[in-house]
Amino acid sequence: MAAQPETIDQVRAVTEQKYKYGFTTDIESDVAPKGLNEDIVRFISAKKNEPEWLLEWRLRAFRVWQTMEEPQWAAVSFPPIDYQDAHYYAAPKQKVGPKSLDEVDPELLATYAKLGIPLREQEILAGVEGSEGKSPSIAVDAVFDSVSVATTFKAKLEEMGIIFCAISEAVQKHPDLVKKYLGSVVPYTDNFYATLNCAVFTDGSFVYIPKGVRCPMELSTYFRINQANTGQFERTLIIADAGSYVSYLEGCTAPQRDENQLHAAVVELVAMDDATIKYSTVQNWYPGNAEGVGGIYNFVTKRGACRGKNSKISWTQVETGSAITWKYPSCILQGDNSVGEFYSVAITNNRQQADTGTKMIHIGKNTRSTIVSKGISAGKAQQTYRGLVKILPKAEGARNHTQCDSLLIGDACGAHTVPYIESRNRSARIEHEATTAKISDDQLFYCRQRGISEEDAVSLIVNGFCKEVLKELPMEFAVEAQKLVGISLEGSVG
Amino acid sequence: MIEIKNLHAKVDGKDILKGVDLTIRPGEVHAIMGPNGAGKSTLSYVLAGREGYEVTDGSVTYYGKDLLALEPEERAAEGVFLAFQYPVEIPGVANTTFLKTAINAMRKHRGEKELDAMQFLKILREKTKALGMSDDMLKRAVNVGFSGGEKKRNETLQMAILEPKFAILDETDSGLDIDALKIVAEGVNALRSPERSMLVITHYQRLLDYIVPDFVHVLAAGRIVKSGGKELALELEKNGYRDFGVDEAA
Repeated sequence: MAAQPETIDQVRAVTEQKYKYGFTTDIESDVAPKGLNEDIVRFISAKKNEPEWLLEWRLRAFRVWQTMEEPQWAAVSFPPIDYQDAHYYAAPKQKVGPKSLDEVDPELLATYAKLGIPLREQEILAGVEGSEGKSPSIAVDAVFDSVSVATTFKAKLEEMGIIFCAISEAVQKHPDLVKKYLGSVVPYTDNFYATLNCAVFTDGSFVYIPKGVRCPMELSTYFRINQANTGQFERTLIIADAGSYVSYLEGCTAPQRDENQLHAAVVELVAMDDATIKYSTVQNWYPGNAEGVGGIYNFVTKRGACRGKNSKISWTQVETGSAITWKYPSCILQGDNSVGEFYSVAITNNRQQADTGTKMIHIGKNTRSTIVSKGISAGKAQQTYRGLVKILPKAEGARNHTQCDSLLIGDACGAHTVPYIESRNRSARIEHEATTAKISDDQLFYCRQRGISEEDAVSLIVNGFCKEVLKELPMEFAVEAQKLVGISLEGSVG
Repeated sequence: MIEIKNLHAKVDGKDILKGVDLTIRPGEVHAIMGPNGAGKSTLSYVLAGREGYEVTDGSVTYYGKDLLALEPEERAAEGVFLAFQYPVEIPGVANTTFLKTAINAMRKHRGEKELDAMQFLKILREKTKALGMSDDMLKRAVNVGFSGGEKKRNETLQMAILEPKFAILDETDSGLDIDALKIVAEGVNALRSPERSMLVITHYQRLLDYIVPDFVHVLAAGRIVKSGGKELALELEKNGYRDFGVDEAA
């Protein structure tokens, strides 16, 4: 089907309207001057009232970063980023350290309400009215630009010894835990963007689940970039002590702006003996318009360490936003019998680019990993699955299964699969399956003949294609993700 | 009532339908027979509104409406159903989900209230049972891994659920052995009603032993060249399409 001029107009209209999170909020903020140097790093650290060791760590990272170059191996292209032309700190102005939600700027709360985040505990409770004794299902930490503004259900979690707070707060209140684990999975020398994050990260979430505790609700962080010309560098650290369990959700949105904004986050997960961490992301940063103007550069380092035996880390991601995505949530399977999982749906439309995948590093005996990647490309988008499965000599009996499926919509997009497999143990079993398919005119006509509109048909077919991954998401996210899949592809056929 | 007048249609720039005239009243079952390349499938696609099938002349009036002005999904909601010769596979989408999406899309179009999961399941169970189908087929992805017979039965089930006013059966017998054919035909016969009209398109007379039509038409070179009762089908079976200037052996 050749694209008719009307179709192109339609696609444009749809894409420009459909990003419903594209509003900005008028909030006075405290912004650091543009540019990046040691003074800015010191400024951020001072703003956060950080201990000396953390400032030193940041400065070491900054010095290393100055000697590093942007990675060039990913199949994405963009004009050079001027790292001196951005603000590295922006915080909504408010009384220092809100004691409760009542002290949070009402504008902020209104913004989160618009995003559909149940920030107020009352609202969440209202949602479960009538079901007495049933515990609420989500606790939320909200990060606005670079600062955590509110965390719900803290008190309830504290009763069980669970720590869920902003990382800046954890630095003050639980310095030993932070010092022990920060940078222990992603070292400050890791890569260009992660190292930059170490130098300038401003906030993020911190979670500690004590031994033997099963976290009774989903923990969730919503990230929001609001301020113009700012980068967002949040840092998340989750520690699941022996025998514990936690499920963590992450959601992201940003206003519609013509310039590109950088998001370089770092997420570190640590699972001890018999512990399980389930980490789910629905990423819906502003993707730019149909011509590729604006949008978020999502350059993120996510890594989990299965340190203990029988531990498990499971990543589930639904990536629909961002102009460019560069992201490889990985697992280091160190403990014997530990399990790593990666379930991914990545959707790119218009001129979006995504180079995403995972790394599974098998170190311990009988370690197992599963990779299921579903890539959907439409418009003029380019998408690459890039994955590494590495079996080290001592990983006796290690197993991996990888399944990589691509779905193309239209004839101007691309899908690429780049698997790297390295095995240094003869007993390892590694399987890789890959398929590429197109949504056919036959399928669309069949659906339309049954009364289903073309756009609903695309959504139905794509949701079917992603089902294996979407079913891994917690209930609260699954419905949202299904809708998002439909919205992201609206106007992609015509 | 469906009135097809002087219908001309092109596919890939080539004239396929060259003036088809046909009137179908409620409750009637019409069979269209004809040699390969006569335009049988083109007629069904034109009526269903498939892209790439360009109407160059003529009209189709469907219960007073200009059918050709409607989008395919609008035609479906108005009660036009096409049982496909080759039902399409949709991986990952459960039959149940597909049917529920379809029926609710149509209800929405007609300004009716959408069915909730319980209401829908009740209808689905009734119809499935009536057709002697297993629940297992409902859970499987649409037509994926279905045998030829299962695919055609699935089309019949969809027809039973969507309750069309006008059903077009495109070569429903193709790819079926005699047992499967009988089962599918029984299903179709159970759906015959005074309000529902059907257009049965087939190459062979065999199907018409089981789905007995009220009228038989011969389509050759893009036009209906002969019409008659069900006995016309038997005549064709005996003499082939030679009388209409077509050499089947060619």
